[in-house]
Amino acid sequence: MFVKQISIYLENVKGSLREITQLLGDNNIDLKALSIADTMSFGIVRCIVAEEQIEKTMEILREHGNIAKVNNVICVCIPDKPSGLSKVLTLIEDAGISIEYTYSFYKNTGDNAVLIIRPSEKRRTVAVLSENGIQMLNQAEIDKI
Amino acid sequence: MEKKHLIYNPEMECIDREKLKAIQGQRLRETVKLTYENVPLFRKRMDEKGVKPEDIKSVDDIVLLPFTEKTDLRDEFPFGLLAAPKSEIVRIQGSSGTTGKPIVSGYTENDVEVWTEMVARSLAGAGCGKDDIVQVCYGYGLFTGGLGAHQGATRLGAMVIPMSSGNTQRQIMMMKELGSTILCCTPSYATYLGETIRDMGLDPKKDLKLKAGVFGAEPWTEEMRKRIEELLDIDACDIYGLTEIAGPGVAFECLEKKGMHVNEDHVIPEIIDPVTEKQLPYETPGELVFTTITKTGMPMIRYRTHDICTLYVDKCECGRTLVRMGRITGRTDDMIVIRGVNVFPSQIESVLVKTNGVAPHYVLVVDRVNSTDTLEVKVELTEDMFSDTVAHIEEVKNYIAGEIKSVVGVQAKISLVPPKSLPRSEGKAKRVIDNRKL
Ligand SMILES: [Zn+2]
Repeated sequence: MFVKQISIYLENVKGSLREITQLLGDNNIDLKALSIADTMSFGIVRCIVAEEQIEKTMEILREHGNIAKVNNVICVCIPDKPSGLSKVLTLIEDAGISIEYTYSFYKNTGDNAVLIIRPSEKRRTVAVLSENGIQMLNQAEIDKI
Repeated sequence: MEKKHLIYNPEMECIDREKLKAIQGQRLRETVKLTYENVPLFRKRMDEKGVKPEDIKSVDDIVLLPFTEKTDLRDEFPFGLLAAPKSEIVRIQGSSGTTGKPIVSGYTENDVEVWTEMVARSLAGAGCGKDDIVQVCYGYGLFTGGLGAHQGATRLGAMVIPMSSGNTQRQIMMMKELGSTILCCTPSYATYLGETIRDMGLDPKKDLKLKAGVFGAEPWTEEMRKRIEELLDIDACDIYGLTEIAGPGVAFECLEKKGMHVNEDHVIPEIIDPVTEKQLPYETPGELVFTTITKTGMPMIRYRTHDICTLYVDKCECGRTLVRMGRITGRTDDMIVIRGVNVFPSQIESVLVKTNGVAPHYVLVVDRVNSTDTLEVKVELTEDMFSDTVAHIEEVKNYIAGEIKSVVGVQAKISLVPPKSLPRSEGKAKRVIDNRKL
């Protein structure tokens, strides 16, 4: 029930973010979701691409001297109505799991917004959410968005 | 695995350390007297310091003596530092040096004997005895490697094959046909021999009889040791020496391979702070300094090697009580002083290796802000250090900073930079950028 995410290290965010997105765009990599974590001294770009593009994306990034890594995140469908998001976050937090970060997809699926969640404990989060009837998307479903 | 340790001269190599100190004191007094009376440069330096030979009462008084530098050997080339008449000199050994005049050392019959004993001890330390066949592939000549190993092996009664360096095919043929059991050469040549042997399709386990190697004349690493031991299926032991002091055999590793035992009844090792020139206690890294106490041809008083290492005095499993010197981790020329603390790039490198498994490329940037020295360690990020969360990367940085603080004693700012973004220079990488206007 996990989805693959690519993280890229940025030494300084300004400029290098534009370079990275341009590099990927020039190579026809379709970014389905993207977020940036920004600190005083460095940044991390996190993005989702279709599974068939992951290997190519990593190759391009490495060729251009970037440090990047693929890891698993969870993708959740959030009903597009008030309190939809807070309900999901509450379930996770009540289970004593902390959330490292979240961000959302550019496009919706039907009436649902698609949210990416990186919890401290991935397997337990999946269990908690499915017990409570929250819909999660797998890689194949993500690839279609 | 229980190791069998051969000790050539147990009386001296396993001596009670208090007794050793007494012997060293006596020999130091004699050496200082001999040198003061016969070497004008040394006498002048002693007089300038206001120190008389009679002031040297025990080995602890060694700190009163002036230092000798490599430049002294050049300036006094060739015979200015001899303490014996030229007629008593029976051998000249030397090193070519990279620039200008070579360095030579004159040996009396006694000095050749002392050196031979030190090499004999070293070879025995690697398990060599009378029944062994010793293949010497160090060069024979002015360089001390070939003749040194030759004399030491002969002293043990071993069978010596004086191959000298080069002609790898012939080396391997002789090794195979004569059944050499001990190999003496540089660690880089040992690696090359091992690779060639493997390339030829030979299996050292079946086709060769090698059991150990004594490798020196250049610095090497634990990784190289592992590689050589695997390639040749042997125990690889380190040996240290320098022509100015005697040649190889000044210090040697036993089969425990936990540092090189210094032949302290012939040379006194000291570790000093290269800036303050004060003697440092055991287990503190600093500059290695040697004083010969049995040589009569060209004795060396407090000779500064400019090599950085650490001395360990805890008793070795082999039974020897002689102090052990760790690997040479750098040169004093590489040292930087930050807020009064001596920092060696090699210390920082060891922290990075510990964090990362391998040494990432790094640069030290030193600056002075508001009259305080600052140290920034720029490290090229590797995929192992990286993760998708900010917290993890902060943790890596804090861990490195914490380790540097505890190992080096200086607070450093850690900057992780993209791979291949730091400058690389030909040959030795330039590790230090000092922006201070001193
Ligand atoms: Zn030992």
